[in-house]
Amino acid sequence: MAPARRWLQHNLSALIMAPTAAVTLVFVYGFIAWTVYMSFTGSRMMPVYELIGFDAYTRLWQMERWGVSIRNLLIFGGLFMVLNLALGLLLAVLLDQRIRFEGTLRAIFLYPMALSFIVTGTVWKWMLNPGLGLERSVHLLGFTSFKFDWIIDPDYAIYTIVIAGVWQTSGLIMAMFLAALRGVDQDVVKAAYMDGASMPQIYWGIIIPSIRPAFFSAIVVLAHLAVKSFDLVIAMTNGGPGYATDLPSIFMYAMSFQRNNIAVGSATAVMMLCTVMAIVVPYLYSELRPGRRHD
Amino acid sequence: MTEFRSAYAATASGRLGRYGLYALLLLFAAYYLAPLYVMLATSFKPPEEMRESSLFALPRMLQWDTWRMTWSEVCISVNCGGMKPYFANSLAVVLPAVVISTLIGAINGYALTMWPFRGANLLFGLLLFSCFIPFQAVILPLAQLLGAVGMGSSTGWGVMTAYIVYGLGFTTLFFRNYYVTLPRELVKAATIDGAGFFGVFWHILLPISAPIFVVTVIWQFTQIWNDFLFAATLTDGPGQTITVALNNLVKTSQATKRYDVDMAAAVITGLPTLVVYFLAGKYFVRGLTAGAVKG
Repeated sequence: MAPARRWLQHNLSALIMAPTAAVTLVFVYGFIAWTVYMSFTGSRMMPVYELIGFDAYTRLWQMERWGVSIRNLLIFGGLFMVLNLALGLLLAVLLDQRIRFEGTLRAIFLYPMALSFIVTGTVWKWMLNPGLGLERSVHLLGFTSFKFDWIIDPDYAIYTIVIAGVWQTSGLIMAMFLAALRGVDQDVVKAAYMDGASMPQIYWGIIIPSIRPAFFSAIVVLAHLAVKSFDLVIAMTNGGPGYATDLPSIFMYAMSFQRNNIAVGSATAVMMLCTVMAIVVPYLYSELRPGRRHD
Repeated sequence: MTEFRSAYAATASGRLGRYGLYALLLLFAAYYLAPLYVMLATSFKPPEEMRESSLFALPRMLQWDTWRMTWSEVCISVNCGGMKPYFANSLAVVLPAVVISTLIGAINGYALTMWPFRGANLLFGLLLFSCFIPFQAVILPLAQLLGAVGMGSSTGWGVMTAYIVYGLGFTTLFFRNYYVTLPRELVKAATIDGAGFFGVFWHILLPISAPIFVVTVIWQFTQIWNDFLFAATLTDGPGQTITVALNNLVKTSQATKRYDVDMAAAVITGLPTLVVYFLAGKYFVRGLTAGAVKG
């Protein structure tokens, strides 16, 4: 091939990518820069371009509501991750036992991932309704003293978000673990079996440790989902009762679009972004390193 | 693995274990299916029946009237045309966004893998990271910009732009990961025969790209149909998409709360993505796990 033509073709490829590159630079990185800039201004309802330093951040950390949303994120995020990993792994191991109807069961465990969080939130809100939901269904069974009103209890409402969130995402974690289980080296398993190890021992001692990369991926996916959680809370409790189930994402929305405080809203968004970056960037870096093993 | 599992299953404790295994799996299946069942069952129960029966009781009769009302008559804030117009809004925004973002992603993935240029890897890294950002970090400048250029919340153009732009990272990733597994010799051989950039794409890659097109289209359709954050910020009134309409309907306080209507609306909102999932679940799962496993 003539060098001139090769040059043209290589540039053609770059030219084809140029619009995507431009749009990404403006809409993703430019907008992030704008948001960071805004967080150092005193913008209220409209953007003001005069820098005033860390004022928005100091005000943010002085707000009691922000403290609540951080605490909620830690409670929700922690439980959401632990329960998802436990349930996802358990389901994957159960499905890995060469059972009948595996395809059907997999489809049942995974379908919530196809639903909008708004739909999930709507139906769980209804099921957890103290007057007419699960509580009443148990009363009708004769257990009239049964009480389950977490969703309207400021101390417990955050846990209802965990229940619905885990219901929706555990199928995804199951799928990730199942894919990893299917890739385990069978010769090692065979050898252990010949040495008289039981199935549970084999799982606990050999198989689960060998799918460590899948844990790593699952933790990254779950952690960043937890930080981004927004619509599920909106649909279930709308951040209430009061602001008992507030999360940084909801706080940001309220500040920016309801309280007309662009500076504090931007500062919140910057904190969320930094958290997600701290989780995702090392992961992407390790995944994209050249010469990485492809399992 | 097969033979020892069978050997293990043939022992007495193994047999007992099998029954336990199936019992456990059925229990989990019930947990995952319960909300779907409750949604459907509730949508067919008139309010008086709701008050006296359990959440899990079958409806005494199928009252289709609720469905008719939810679809075309129920009031969502001041608009009393049911869920139908919002369903149409969603379709009108989602379908073009899916098609456009998928096509651009296909060309991008092809350019990145078959005609790499200087900076291609950096660009891909930048695109990849954009898949993970919390959209709170871009939503304020996005709303400002779209408002400034006349694509604010009263038109569907703004939200469609957002879906296309923020979908490019994923669509490019999918195609790039698919094409990177193909031998570059495919292209080399074709260029020797005189095919150019588009010729190679059209004659050689497109015919073998059907699976990845399906994966990408399903992923984008599910993501965009289920979006709430962009839709809530960038659409309003009669132009809202269906997830926003559902949220408003559920939050509307009427004299008598019609939970059957809420649930019918939730089913209507969730139906398109569920249908896609049950028709092409395999491809949906592939997209989900591709989102977690890169490189």
